[in-house]
Amino acid sequence: MAGITGKDQVLTNYAKQLETLDAPKGRSLTQDAVRRLRRNKAAVLSIFVVLFIILFAFVGPYFLPWTYDKIDWSGIRKPPNFEAGHYAGTDQNGRDMLARIMQGTQMSLIVAMVATLVSVIIGVIYGAVAGYFGGKVDAVMMRFVDIMYALPYILFVIILVVIFGRNPVLLFVGIGCLEWLTMARIVRGQTLSLKEREFVEAAKAGGAKPWTIIMRHIVPNLTGPVVIYATLTIPEIILTESFLSYLGLGVQEPQTSLGTLISFGAPVAETLPWMLIGPAVVLVSLLLCLTYIGDGLRDALDPKDR
Amino acid sequence: MFGYAARRVLSALPVALIAVTACFFILRLAPGGPFDGERALPPQTLANLRAYYNLDLPLIQQYFIYVWGLVRGDFGPSMVYNDFTVSQMLAIGLPFTLMLGFTAFVIGTVVGLLAGSLSALYQNKLPDYVLVLLVMIGLVVPNFLIGSILQLVFGVYLGWFPAGGWQNGSIAHLVLPVTVLVLPHAGRTARLMRGSMIEVLGTNYVRTARSKGLGTRLILARHAIKPALLPVVSYLGPGLSYLLTGSLVVEQIFALPGIGRYFISAALNRDYGLVLGTTILYMFIILAVNLLVDIIYAWLDPKVRYN
Repeated sequence: MAGITGKDQVLTNYAKQLETLDAPKGRSLTQDAVRRLRRNKAAVLSIFVVLFIILFAFVGPYFLPWTYDKIDWSGIRKPPNFEAGHYAGTDQNGRDMLARIMQGTQMSLIVAMVATLVSVIIGVIYGAVAGYFGGKVDAVMMRFVDIMYALPYILFVIILVVIFGRNPVLLFVGIGCLEWLTMARIVRGQTLSLKEREFVEAAKAGGAKPWTIIMRHIVPNLTGPVVIYATLTIPEIILTESFLSYLGLGVQEPQTSLGTLISFGAPVAETLPWMLIGPAVVLVSLLLCLTYIGDGLRDALDPKDR
Repeated sequence: MFGYAARRVLSALPVALIAVTACFFILRLAPGGPFDGERALPPQTLANLRAYYNLDLPLIQQYFIYVWGLVRGDFGPSMVYNDFTVSQMLAIGLPFTLMLGFTAFVIGTVVGLLAGSLSALYQNKLPDYVLVLLVMIGLVVPNFLIGSILQLVFGVYLGWFPAGGWQNGSIAHLVLPVTVLVLPHAGRTARLMRGSMIEVLGTNYVRTARSKGLGTRLILARHAIKPALLPVVSYLGPGLSYLLTGSLVVEQIFALPGIGRYFISAALNRDYGLVLGTTILYMFIILAVNLLVDIIYAWLDPKVRYN
């Protein structure tokens, strides 16, 4: 049916007119934020690096002659060798390091995504409920958060992992379940001020139930702070996961993660340096870039903090 | 001030009790036990063992026995190391972990505050850029990686410091582990201090002081430092808990005899007594530090006291 009304034609002409118009055009808040983010060179560069690392981890394995769990019996503990296709050397079991680094990065990224999602969901709902209902509910709920804050949560993750076995899914969820505290605090603070706004009152007058108000009217307005904080949570989760893997409590063989690779690489770094350097470079650049992106987003979306 | 401190102490007690309860039940509800070996024990032996450690009593009764023990400072027996009680093992490891943690805490806080203030004073100039980059590295490079690299470079290649071990407190053995713990802590502190110092230096009262002709040093000492410290002080509690968990890794890498090493081996052996004891001890330390931080905070900021 396209073309009958000539709508596209009209709109295109209108757009062209707008482009040549001298009058200043309005900018939305989002455009403003994007502009500020673009001016932040460190953040822009970091976005490209992270995209590259994601491609490296998920697409890279298709271009390699070796898979992460395949053993090359003629190439055990070998330095980088282009003829055999081991571009980053092999480990003590003759597995290709580059393939393992890619698989490890994949695992670290997946853990970060799932755990961040879990922490965002718990944190947002918890914080919004506490903030919206206020009073005693708020006091009890936030007291609980304070208690959790005071506890060495990594010990709980370790206990959980030991108790329920080393299942990667559990690891993701476990880390996520323990990383939601700050999110809950931020969301609660925002909700406290949001619930006094007119549109919430209007929803109440219209007879909306508290749950509907929270999900339809309050949560969508929390996007800014939640996005900022979620971006800053990702590197922390990657760190936690690699920490656990380093202690031997994380991802299990033959699968691997950056932390596991570093924990195997560190003891032999004197004789087989390529086993430590590769994963270390990927992990550090990933964490560095994610932190820069998080900071950049915060500066862009929340200019009053500058 | 005293009333505030007393209230904070009283409100910390139920928190401690809740934490102990949670840990106890989580660990007891877990499947598997310290006596699950490769070879199953004869049923009579197992029953005797369980009776010896009170594991055959109802859970709630075990809980009360445990809490009563805690009140008297008894963490119960270790279920894997038969010759020691948990209290004895913790008494061996604790002084070391505390010494390591607090040394790193003090050095890291001082370095972080200095670096953060310097960075704020020279905002967007060369010293600031250098410091911000250093802080970023301290923040994002994981402690196990820094530890391994320092060990390799200074311990193995250069041979300046021993790569591990402890030898009854020789300072040379402590340099590398303390550095590993200091870096992230100093980084976080510096980042916070830089932010809050920049904010304070932009306030009207600092501008007034400057327009009166006060020198930078005097402005800092009289007007800027105390308010700029507030966010940093409130970070010190969580900061110490990061340090203590960091010491898990550092003790592992440098083969140091603290409670962190017990915790990991005990968790892997399912030595409930030892895991529970270590966790509770960590929590008590962290709660105590948080309490202290709250009281210092009230001293710095009168608004908190009267709330």
